[in-house]
Amino acid sequence: MEIANPDPLLRVEHLTMRFGGLTAIGDLSFTAARREITALIGPNGAGKTTVFNCLTGFYKPTEGSIILNHEDGKQFLLERMDDFRIAQRAHVARTFQNIRLFAGMTVLENLMVAQHNTLMRASGFTVTGIFNSAHYARANRAAVEFSEYWLEKAGLVDRADDPAGELPYGGQRRLEIARAMCTKPVLLCLDEPAAGLNPRESEDLNRLLLNIRKEQQIAILLIEHDMSVVMGISDHIVVLDYGVKIADGSPTHVRNDPAVIRAYLGVEDEEEAEKVVEKAVAAVEKAAPAKKAAAKKSPARKKESRT
Amino acid sequence: MVAVPKSTGAVVEARRFDFVAVAKDVLLTALLAFIILGPIIGLKTFAISGSLALEQRWGLVAIFTAIIAAGRLVYHLFAWHRAQTGPSTKTAAAPALPALNLGKYIGPVLLVLAILLPFLPGVDRRIVDLAILVLTYIMLGWGLNIVVGLAGLLDLGYVAFYAVGAYAYALLSTVYLPLWFGEGILPWAFFITLPIAGILAAIWGVILGFPVLRLRGDYLAIVTLAFGEIVRVILINWSDFTGGPAGIGGIPRPSFFGLTFTEGEGGFAAFFGLEHKPILRIIFLYYVILVLALFTNFVTMRLRRLPVGRAWEALREDEIACRSLGINTTSTKLTAFAIGAMFAGFAGSFFATRQGFVSPESFVFLESFIVLAIVVLGGLGSQIGVVVASIVIIGAFEAFREMGFLKAIMPAGFDPVQFRMLAVGVALVLIMRWRPRGFVTKRDPTVYLAEKKAVPTSLVAEGRG
Repeated sequence: MEIANPDPLLRVEHLTMRFGGLTAIGDLSFTAARREITALIGPNGAGKTTVFNCLTGFYKPTEGSIILNHEDGKQFLLERMDDFRIAQRAHVARTFQNIRLFAGMTVLENLMVAQHNTLMRASGFTVTGIFNSAHYARANRAAVEFSEYWLEKAGLVDRADDPAGELPYGGQRRLEIARAMCTKPVLLCLDEPAAGLNPRESEDLNRLLLNIRKEQQIAILLIEHDMSVVMGISDHIVVLDYGVKIADGSPTHVRNDPAVIRAYLGVEDEEEAEKVVEKAVAAVEKAAPAKKAAAKKSPARKKESRT
Repeated sequence: MVAVPKSTGAVVEARRFDFVAVAKDVLLTALLAFIILGPIIGLKTFAISGSLALEQRWGLVAIFTAIIAAGRLVYHLFAWHRAQTGPSTKTAAAPALPALNLGKYIGPVLLVLAILLPFLPGVDRRIVDLAILVLTYIMLGWGLNIVVGLAGLLDLGYVAFYAVGAYAYALLSTVYLPLWFGEGILPWAFFITLPIAGILAAIWGVILGFPVLRLRGDYLAIVTLAFGEIVRVILINWSDFTGGPAGIGGIPRPSFFGLTFTEGEGGFAAFFGLEHKPILRIIFLYYVILVLALFTNFVTMRLRRLPVGRAWEALREDEIACRSLGINTTSTKLTAFAIGAMFAGFAGSFFATRQGFVSPESFVFLESFIVLAIVVLGGLGSQIGVVVASIVIIGAFEAFREMGFLKAIMPAGFDPVQFRMLAVGVALVLIMRWRPRGFVTKRDPTVYLAEKKAVPTSLVAEGRG
């Protein structure tokens, strides 16, 4: 199973989140290593986005702790911090399942807003900035250059002065990632970045993510349904079902885990299921619709097995 | 996005229209109007000694029929006829092009006009007074624009801060400054009190800001509305301190850096060797409010280019995304409230010194409404839009006072002044019908890489609180 990592970036311990009588996450523990891509997968409603919301402070977990260790030894207890301080101090950045860009601001402005805290300090919290101090002017130029760097990575340089709301869908997804990167995070949480993308946009996205992993020394936590993305780029996969962790390990390990197969496909016969999964992984493009169909069936099957 | 040559081609093509069909339609309209109006207007019954008699008024029917037919013709010429060119070409191409070009020149032209106004031929005291009023509303509009236009926080109680500024000036200059520093301070009172009044109003902005931090949209609007009323009711009821409904009078007039606008030794006129005229003081007041308004504009324009200003606009666009990027939305909202309130405080001080008298009556909800209407009508977040909207709304209010000639043609007892709110209300409805995002439908980006492109406001969020 899981190999104990002596110095993980993120350690989630016994995380539980209840909404009234509904337990969205039940006693979830996992770690995310530095400079690795950790994928969080599971059927719809498994609690993946809830985990993200707890991590980034949008929800306060009912129980459990979330510990983030910076490389310089600073430790942050994320479950006790306000959402904006998690981004500001602990440097955890996130994107959203339904894209949340500043649609009425230009692409460049979106990235400048992401550098708010750096620029705020440079502008003397507005006091010296209002007199256009040389220090602020320099910081502002540097911020524009840094934005330009990320615009290049995201392939959006020629759209820099267009409103973000006018970008095509794939461009908006990449801009949201670039915006998150402009906060200089140590952990980047991506909530279904490939959702709704066509194959070409999906390819652009993969390139951006692999590039981030290669060139930036950061960890990525990824929620994704597109198995070609998950299996292709993750180092480590955590599988959730009904808020409970059912598998944890490398892509090959998870792919062959009977519990995962049951959760995804609702197939009782495990040998048969394994074959199905292998096929699915081998020919992802073909398998995608089949998987969806299977996912639709699975709740009914599971109810049977639970009674 | 829009192919401009194509759309102009469409307009040219559409200009060829069927005269015969239009003439037929207009005649038919006239006939219908005559049939309908004939019995209603043309025949009037009145009682003569117990029996009914009939009065015939065919001339009046003819006038109304002509008006209706003319209206139909106007519609043919301008509204329906143009709509045939297709809504997409019309809405996209027609307003977009002039808006961009106009925006470039309208600001400087208005500025030069504003600076030269008191010296233009034919400008008398009445016009300078009106200009002072318009500038006061422009300044309030620019202040509220920070809260509503940039930060997207709907504030219906803005007049409270205006009141705080006015009362701060009134109380300090009539009671406390003479008490602390003696009467000699009075010529300077305005310049000393102005910053204090601004700071006090900003503090009240923060006081209002705290309880409403978690509120959004409609709920925020209701609480701010209540806040505005609370301040006014306190001003009425705390008689020992504020003078109650009677208000505070005898507020010292501002001086030109110690030179008062009085006749004789030590006055402004005597010092500069001019003939003493009351209008000198009015012109000075005009320049004071012009400087204050330009200062408001300058600060707002600078703030927009600072991280705090960008955070305001980002807050209007998406609060959750702001928090995910590490922006402290609490302090961002509070600074918006505080800075918006500060400018209202400055304007309030000016109001007090100009009137020489303040009372709670000047700070009713209607004032908040007018300022908000100016901001919305001008186009949320647009500085030049506020100027245009102020001139239109305040100008329209005053124009009704000039319409005495209407009394001659309308029935007896008609007073145009009483219709001004109705007319302005109708005008607001009509303008919002055709320009729902206000006069200025472009948002200027605060930073650009290669080329500054205006953002159409259809993409910009109105703010949900």
